[in-house]
This record gives sequence, structure tokens and C-alpha cells, in this order.
Amino acid sequence: MSKAAEIDIASVSKVYGTTTAVHAISLKIPAGTYCCLLGPSGCGKTSTLRMIAGHETISSGDVRLGNTVVTDLPPAQRGTAMMFQSYALFPHLDLVDNIAFSLKMKGVEKDARRAKAMEMLQLMQLEAYATRRPAQLSGGQQQRVALARALITDPEALLLDEPLSALDPFLKIRMRAELKKLQTSLGITFVHVTHSQEEAMALADLIVVMNEGRIEQAAHPRTVFEQPATAFVARFMGEHNVISGRVIHSGDSQLTLSVAGGGDFTATDTGAAGLAESVDIAVRTDHVRIGEPLGKGLGFTGSVTNVEYRGSSVKLSIIGAGIEDFTAILTDREFFATPVKVGEAIPLCWDVEDAVVLGRLKH
Amino acid sequence: MTTVRFLGIGEQKDRRSVRLSPATVSYLQATPLTVILAAFLLVPILMILVVSFWDYDFAQMYPDFLTMNYTETLGSWVTWKIYLNTLKYALMVWALTLFIGFWVAYFLAFHIRTTAMQMVLFLVCTVPFLTSNIIRMISWIPVLGRNGLVNSLLIDAHVISEPIEWLLYSDFAVVLAMVHLYTLFMVTPIFNTLMRIDKSLVEAARDAGASSWQTLTNVILPLAKPGMAIGTIFVVTLVMADFSTVQVMSGGQSASVALMMKNQMSLLQYPAAAANAVVLLALVLLMVAGILRIVDIRKEL
Repeated sequence: MSKAAEIDIASVSKVYGTTTAVHAISLKIPAGTYCCLLGPSGCGKTSTLRMIAGHETISSGDVRLGNTVVTDLPPAQRGTAMMFQSYALFPHLDLVDNIAFSLKMKGVEKDARRAKAMEMLQLMQLEAYATRRPAQLSGGQQQRVALARALITDPEALLLDEPLSALDPFLKIRMRAELKKLQTSLGITFVHVTHSQEEAMALADLIVVMNEGRIEQAAHPRTVFEQPATAFVARFMGEHNVISGRVIHSGDSQLTLSVAGGGDFTATDTGAAGLAESVDIAVRTDHVRIGEPLGKGLGFTGSVTNVEYRGSSVKLSIIGAGIEDFTAILTDREFFATPVKVGEAIPLCWDVEDAVVLGRLKH
Repeated sequence: MTTVRFLGIGEQKDRRSVRLSPATVSYLQATPLTVILAAFLLVPILMILVVSFWDYDFAQMYPDFLTMNYTETLGSWVTWKIYLNTLKYALMVWALTLFIGFWVAYFLAFHIRTTAMQMVLFLVCTVPFLTSNIIRMISWIPVLGRNGLVNSLLIDAHVISEPIEWLLYSDFAVVLAMVHLYTLFMVTPIFNTLMRIDKSLVEAARDAGASSWQTLTNVILPLAKPGMAIGTIFVVTLVMADFSTVQVMSGGQSASVALMMKNQMSLLQYPAAAANAVVLLALVLLMVAGILRIVDIRKEL
């Protein structure tokens, strides 16, 4: 089909009246990438997508698609196609006319556009429903129609605004796989807005974590998960304990931080924070073990406040060393070898490479 | 200790002495509306139907079964002319109110951004309705009259030397007054349908490369059809049944079906008026049925 285009966002801002929704973000999305804009609601991810699509004016900065600056172009001339959150299918048209809509707007002959639309319907395995109205379809089928309608223009980039949020959990996972398959087979750039980190991890080649109109981290899912850039990313991606404290010692590529009224912890120094500055470290919940620490500052002793059985794993909530809520995920085998009860004091430990020093965004 | 209690044995609970079957309850619930509709709609229409077959002279009506009232009405070319005249008014007023009503509703629904402002402007549209129909109609007379506002302004501005005669007491005046009276009946249902159109549909159309005009003709107009149909039913039935506007604004030079019936009644020719009413009712019902066949308004109800 068409070839993919690189999307280059250069210090783009969006200002609504006195509030700034997007603060001069810059981002390069390589051609053919599945990119997920991830963040809580109100973080500016949808505004960013709508600015790429051309449905929102850009307050300052530029968006480039391939070799063209599209900042001031109307949506249809950008080479992008958008799939809306509620699908926005035309309720008064049947599936063929819905999918052929953009061809009709271009003035393509009726027979030609209907033939092309039928082709798209076949691709989506919906040819049996050609004469139905959108209201007569299930959510998953409506989504496929919306996809077909967006793809019939042969876009260089497909923009998806929370495409899976209206589906039930089972369908969500199935459609997720279909989206990924479609992106791989078409090879075009997908930009997908979501608030689900699970969805982003499953789909993306590039996760862009946004918060309060700024990009916290833009990297491959594995990097985002294993080396979260900021405390926000670590908390939002989940499965991380964030420990905040003040640097009391640094040197020998080691950094020691002290939690207010609690213990001291050690991590590999990245130069992110100087002496006496506040710093956060992240420790993966599934890398925490029960046992005496192997080194200084690589664990603490706390009391168990809650035990949650999850089948293949057990989640322990621990309080201690000045940390309010520390989570340890143990495999069921590990846990049941030496079970612990609520109220018991247990030593926890982790390896030095599991403690990741988190940066702070310079605003 | 557990107590074993057999079903149906033991102390009797207090029960209401009268127990109604579910069917009776439903019928009872439907009774008030049925009574009201029967007393104020069904019975009057039946009475008109019955009276339309009666005989009459200058002073009295005689119960009978004659088709004379119908043959007289439908056999007279005057009646046909009046029906045609009424239909002409209905068509002109319908076209004008639909055009004006759609654009007012479109402006309110798509160009006013805040809901509060939409509601304020919509209420402004209804302000004229705080006065009575007759007063709003009569106030056109000093505006359009021979020495009225429009004519004197044009003469003072030396645009014309003689007053324009057709401004008042003409078909123009009748249609103008009717459009003024009835446009809001078109605005309201269309505004209602337009407000229900998902704004993302407009964006989707824009995303697909539609110009504003294409969006209007391909998305908004088709989706506004039910509202237009409801407005059409309002306006057509109102115009078909109008007699006061026609009488006042045409100065007695034009007639409508309802005006003809009013004259027959003032001559005590009730059976003839009743026959006319039945014919008019049948005609209007046919028109409504026609509109409903073309446009499906069910999802608006």
C-alpha cells in the first residue's frame, strides 16, 4: 500500500485560553513505528494527536510528516487518517457508503468507490454486512469499519484516539492483536492514544509517556519499563516501588539516599542528583525477595500489612524504613516455601542493579 | 433451637381484602388518559362526523343521513379554489420556514460554542411568543399599511413616489405574517435534532476531506431530516387550519378552508362546516402520513 512517513513534532504547544495543555513538546516518530501516547486523562496526549491530525490548531511549533510541514494544512491534505474514540461512523449510511465516504468527497465515480469500499470490507472480513447500518453492528465490527474507513485513503500515518476503550475486556485483547497485525502488514506509522500501560506495552515500538502536557519519557517499551526516566513513569507503568529521599553520600559510582525518618538505600550513581538533593529510586516489585540484604542499602526490614493471593504470584504489602507502602511480588512457589502472615516482620532485599535512580523533569 | 414452620400454616399476615389482577391494574392506570382523550378528542371528532351528514336550513339542523353536504362542498369550484389557495399558502410558508428555520437552528447548534449561550439565544427566539398570535399579527398592519412604516420610510428616502399597495392585504402579507408566526415551530425540532448530532461526525467528515458544504449536504442535512419532518408537520397543520391570519392580513380578499368553515358557521350552516372539517382533516392526515412515509421520525420520539 502507501509508504510510511516519519512524524516530526518540533516544540509544539497547545494553549486554550489561559491554560496550556501541551508544553512545547518535541518528538520524532520514525516511519513505520507503532507509537503509543500514554498518560492519565488530561495529560495532553489527545490534544497532541489531534494536532497531528489537524483537528486542533497548533498554538506554536511545527509538525512535519515525511518531508512536508503540515502545521497549517487541513486534515485531509496531511496524509493522515484519524480513527475516533467513538468511531464516528455516519449513522445514516450503510457500511459501503461509510467506508467510501472520503472517495465520494473526492468525486470518485460511484461504481469505482463502491468497489474499493467492498475491497476494504473484505480485508476486514465484513463483506456480509455491506448493506447494514453501523447501529446494527457490534462494537468490534464498528471498530473494523472505522479502521476500513480510515485506511481507504491510503494514509501515511494512522492516528487512533483510544480505539479500544469502548470494547469489553475480551474483545479489547483480540482487537489489540488485530491492530498490531494490521500495522505490521501495512507498514505505516500508527499513533495510538491510550491510558492503559498494558495496552501500550503490548502494542508499541515506541511508548511516549506524557504528564501535564510534557513528555516524561519516549522510548521502547522495554526501556520504559526497565529504566523508567522519572518517578511519574515508574509509578504510571506500575510494578515499581518508588523510594524518595535525600542524597547523603555519593562516590565510587555509588549513591546513598536517606529516607526521611527511615533507612538508607544504595543505588548506582548516574549523576542525576548532587549531594543533599532529593532523589527517587525505583525498585521492581517482582525483583524484591525475602532475605537478608547482600549489601548495605539493598533492602530493609518491614512488617507485612497485607497478603494478596493472585494465583501464579502473591502480592505482599510492607511498611517499614520510612516507606509507607512497599510492594513485593513473589512467585507462588517462593511464597509458599516460606509463607508469611500479616503483622510479621520480614527482611527484604534486592540486587544492586534493580535499584534504578530516577531523574526529574526540568520545567 | 430452630423452629420448623410449614408453608401456609401459622399466623396469617394481614392482607388487603381487595386484590386486583395485574390486568385490571394496567387498565386502571390507562383509564385517566383514555377518558381525557375520549372526551376531548374522540367524541368531538365523532360528533363532527355525525353532524356532517345532517340536514339543515336557515334556522335548524335535522338529524338525517345525507351526503348532500359533501357533494355540495366538493362539487363547487369555489371550494376547490379555496383548497388550492390554502395549499398554496401551506407550500410557500413551509418552504420559507424550513429555509429560515434550518439556518437559525444550524447557527445555534454549530456556531454558538457554549451551551449557556445556545440556551439564551434559543430563549430569545421564543420571546415574541410571550404576546398573543393576534397581537403579533395585527402589529404588522402599522408596519405594512399604506401609510405605514415601510411605505413612509421608502417615500421619505425617495425610493418610491407612490406607496406600495401589495404590502398589506395581499398574499404577501398573509405569507409574511404566517412565516413570522410559525418559524419557531420549525426551529425547535430541527435545533433538537442538530444538537444530537455527534460533533465527531463533523470532524470525521473533515478528516475524510469533506468541505463545509459537503459536510452539510452529506452528513448534517440527512441527519436533520427527522427534525425537519416534525417541523413540517407542525407548520403544515397550523397553516392548513389557519383562519385569523388569512382574514386579517388579506383584508378579506383571500380565503382559506378554515375561514370558509368559520363563515359557514356564522351562517349557522353547521353540517356544511362539519363536512368541510372532515374533508380538511382527511387531507391533513394524508399529508402527515405522506411525510411520515418519506422520513422516519421514530428515533426522535
